[in-house]
Amino acid sequence: MSTEPLAASLIVLRDASVTFGAVAAVRKATMRVRERDFIAIVGANGSGKTSLLRLLHGVVAHTGSRFVPRPSVVQAMVFQRPFLLRLSVLNNVRIALWLADRHVSASGREARAIQALERVGLGALRHRQARSLSGGEQQRLALARGWAVRPDILFLDEPTASLDPSAKKDVESLLAGFAAEGMTLVMSTHNLGQAKRLARRVVFMDEGRIDVDLPTADFFAAGTPGRAGLFLKGELSWSLDG
Amino acid sequence: MNTVADAAAQALSLVAAADPKLVDIVLLSLRVSLLAVVFGSIIGLPLGAALAVNDFRGKRGVIVILNALLGLPSVVVGLVVYLLLSRAGPLGSWGILFTPAAMVIAQTILITPTLAALSRQVVADGWGEYREQLRSLGETRWGAATTLLWDLKFSLVTIVLAGFGRAASEVGAVMIVGGNIDGVTRVMTTTIALETSKGDLPLALALGIVLLVAIALINVAIVLFRTGGGSLAVETR
Repeated sequence: MSTEPLAASLIVLRDASVTFGAVAAVRKATMRVRERDFIAIVGANGSGKTSLLRLLHGVVAHTGSRFVPRPSVVQAMVFQRPFLLRLSVLNNVRIALWLADRHVSASGREARAIQALERVGLGALRHRQARSLSGGEQQRLALARGWAVRPDILFLDEPTASLDPSAKKDVESLLAGFAAEGMTLVMSTHNLGQAKRLARRVVFMDEGRIDVDLPTADFFAAGTPGRAGLFLKGELSWSLDG
Repeated sequence: MNTVADAAAQALSLVAAADPKLVDIVLLSLRVSLLAVVFGSIIGLPLGAALAVNDFRGKRGVIVILNALLGLPSVVVGLVVYLLLSRAGPLGSWGILFTPAAMVIAQTILITPTLAALSRQVVADGWGEYREQLRSLGETRWGAATTLLWDLKFSLVTIVLAGFGRAASEVGAVMIVGGNIDGVTRVMTTTIALETSKGDLPLALALGIVLLVAIALINVAIVLFRTGGGSLAVETR
């Protein structure tokens, strides 16, 4: 890893740790996010998936090094429970664009917002109150908001965790589309099938540590080492508490 | 008992006849209190939001002081503004003591801490819940505060209403800086106090009725506002 040129990386972590009081959520994480990566972060409940995601995104305090070689890289994140303003669907996207880039004109924001909503199939619902949407529609709105800012890298925290199979499929199709367009995606997920279907690389978290970081095919091949192998066989609890 | 009944009957007839003196007093009261609420909101709401989303040394002390100012006695505000605006005071050259402008200043000072302290609490709750999302959207602190103020507008309107209630019902400060001059600075509360002391209960009662009705109407407007937007969205969440 040390010989790899930095220019190929969007985010570099070196011995980065996140703690919440006495709890070490991420311990000495070292990894790179490269352009066009689609990384799935998997692991048991409480293993540090979400904290690693937030660390990569830069929204939590940390020790160690988090380095963004190109400061102009645009990032966005879709949270497990999206924060939707008490506004229309369209205005939720417009506000996100206003927050992300004040240089875009009002008409430009409107056009981009409509484009993003149509991209996720919510164009017809743009005048509805965002909080009146179904769970799947709200998640698609969150994706539209993330996509609208034209990020180089999009972080997704369990984007389909609370969705029914149909909504889950819709979201997965959108993510596959984003990846096909060249967007870099980093997603935490409980769903190994989803990781296998979508990701090009899998990071397995165990007790706050990055235990395994492999291409997807290698991760799911027989003989995955250590606790990741046990996790795949179902011999490691889904929850550290359980 | 009869005196009270007679006074109430006369008060209602004054209201029904839209007595010109009564109307002038009501209009001046509303003008002064609404202007104070506007200025108080312009200062207090952004101040509360900024306090909620920014971390700095001494923040806790500022919050304690702000919360303490919720109980600011109106006569103390009146006295301070009087000293500032009196001829010998630092702002005496403005020449606005015993004018409605001085009353607006006093009421603004009185309600700004209320608006700032309550809005800080509301925005802090929202900030705690959504700070990572807002950070993720690339917010500046100013952008986050503005977004939260907008999102929480229905709660904030209630806070502004509380500010208006405090301004409209306040008597000590406006009495001191306005002087309760007939036709110039006489507002509902000062008139009620004066007429009651003189034993002229009908006018005092009539103004009391108008004051209550005005506040009730504003409450109705707020309810309609909320029903038309925010609460519906929240209920269907």
